[in-house]
Amino acid sequence: MRQLKFLLIKEFQQILRNKLLVRLIIAVPIVQLVILPFAANYEIQNIKLSVVDNDHSEYSRKLINKFTSTNYFLLNGYFYSYKEAIHQLEKDNAELIIEIPKNFEKDLIRENETKIFITANAINGQTAGLSVSYSNSIIRDFNNDIRIEWLQPARINSLPTIEVTSSNWFNPKMNYKYFIVPGLMVLLVTLVGFLLTTINIVKEKEDGTIEQLNVSPLKKYQFILGKLIPFWIIGLVVLTIAQIVSFVLYGIYPVGSYLTIYLFAAIYLVALLGFGLFVSTLAETQQQAMFIAYFFMMIFILLGGLFAPIENMPNWAQFLTRLNPVSYFIEAIRMIILKGSGIKELATHFGIIILFAIIFNTLAVYSYHKTN
Amino acid sequence: MTTPAEKDIVIKVENLTKRFGDFTAVNQISFEVNKGEIFGFLGANGAGKTTAMKMLIGILNPTSGKANVAGFDIYNQPEQIKRNIGYMSQKFSLYEDLTIAENINFFGGIYGLNDDEIKFKSEELLTKLNFHAIKNNLVSSLPLGWKQKLAFSLAIFHSPKIVFLDEPTSGVDPITRRQFWDLIYEASHNGITVFVTTHYMDEAEYCNRISIMVDGEIKALDSPKELKNNFQIDSIDDIFYLLARKAKRIE
Repeated sequence: MRQLKFLLIKEFQQILRNKLLVRLIIAVPIVQLVILPFAANYEIQNIKLSVVDNDHSEYSRKLINKFTSTNYFLLNGYFYSYKEAIHQLEKDNAELIIEIPKNFEKDLIRENETKIFITANAINGQTAGLSVSYSNSIIRDFNNDIRIEWLQPARINSLPTIEVTSSNWFNPKMNYKYFIVPGLMVLLVTLVGFLLTTINIVKEKEDGTIEQLNVSPLKKYQFILGKLIPFWIIGLVVLTIAQIVSFVLYGIYPVGSYLTIYLFAAIYLVALLGFGLFVSTLAETQQQAMFIAYFFMMIFILLGGLFAPIENMPNWAQFLTRLNPVSYFIEAIRMIILKGSGIKELATHFGIIILFAIIFNTLAVYSYHKTN
Repeated sequence: MTTPAEKDIVIKVENLTKRFGDFTAVNQISFEVNKGEIFGFLGANGAGKTTAMKMLIGILNPTSGKANVAGFDIYNQPEQIKRNIGYMSQKFSLYEDLTIAENINFFGGIYGLNDDEIKFKSEELLTKLNFHAIKNNLVSSLPLGWKQKLAFSLAIFHSPKIVFLDEPTSGVDPITRRQFWDLIYEASHNGITVFVTTHYMDEAEYCNRISIMVDGEIKALDSPKELKNNFQIDSIDDIFYLLARKAKRIE
């Protein structure tokens, strides 16, 4: 125990002396939580719209009005031909083209049927998909309007329609920040904890100081605890800063309890830092360590369910997310913050993260050798 | 562990070998080091000195052979060995971002010294090296020679039976080297066995006995005086050249 105390004192003396690092540890979560929730916006607005109206009728104007009166579309201009409009799309001045055919109004009245042509720029698939589905619902709406207009008012009731009313449980206003901010907290804790631990040990290798520790009577577990505890504390500090920022800036606080968040984070950090220790035993230089750590960070983020919903992934990718500790913490923290889940509801998550902690730390203990 | 006859032998090495793949870094070396002795381990760069030393201090597993350090077997009791030895590597592994005082405290602490011992011994150390005024300076700000003196003092801070020094004086001026050897003599005088590798032949003269290693093998081992007699050459430098010329390994 006494040896461990000296290791911890030494570690904190080194960390606190590194003024830039201390500032980064405090500033990184604040800056990221201020900027990223705005950047990672899932709502799509102001889709640039080019219109080719070959009909110039009352109905065609009504339809265009319906598009431009929403916040979703921003009229970029009217064009005489589809060719001109597609040129706008090629120059990135337009993301969506609506072409209304000649005789749109006439066909609609006489034949009860007409066609509209919509072209979306699918370079960004997500925007394209959303803008087409927005368009579809606007056109459906327009369709209903004219049907009602044509039918006699007395007969409105005979029109069989199913109206769908939806409500968003746990996030009534569908505020995407409630969704993204808890996930960001997890990433910040992960980034700081994982990178710092990995780099720290490899730096000792590069400086040759680890050799000095290996010839000392220091026990393996003392060395590992001496490296885990400082970054475990720093991880919890980062989490606290993130909680404060998200409350002050976005009014986000858990429906469940802070205690559950911290308990989960405490175990999660043991797992994560164990993995960091394991990675550091594989790398000989800080450059290698950075590269390996970055590789895993990318996987952690992309397969963590923060940006892309896990449910949308193919089966093999979904399976990989089950091997990613980050995905459990993101899921758990969302459940605690939005839904108010407690330890009982999160029993599986706790169980799995404890398992991760045991596996990673066992790996770390086995792969760290005092003797080569 | 040791029979009475071997009491004064603190390092006993028999046919110690280390291979990395098909490269034999250390080839069946055997020697003994007596208690209180200054034992010089000479060789050109790449001769296998550091590899041999790393096996003795328990941070590198040998391929074959036997060795006993401070009464303990290097295969089965590396942790007991570590409690009884000090080590100063080529890189002088002090923490550059800690102060002199913080380094002293840390190394005292991990060797299990209690607070009073650390306090008493660090006073002694600071006085001996005349570091009182600068004890709160970062190690990174010290000149190389001072770092080496501090590193050596910390290697023997916990009063080990043997101290292993791996090219402790490379890159410093002759005056500092002389001062460094005064520290080595003092440690030896206090009963600490000194095992030192070097490629400075003038330093070989300061040792009680020296071994000359060429291509992973020990080619000569005796006191400097006896070596000169045997080879009929009156400088260690020339003996070394004579032996090292046959080396096949390129630096």
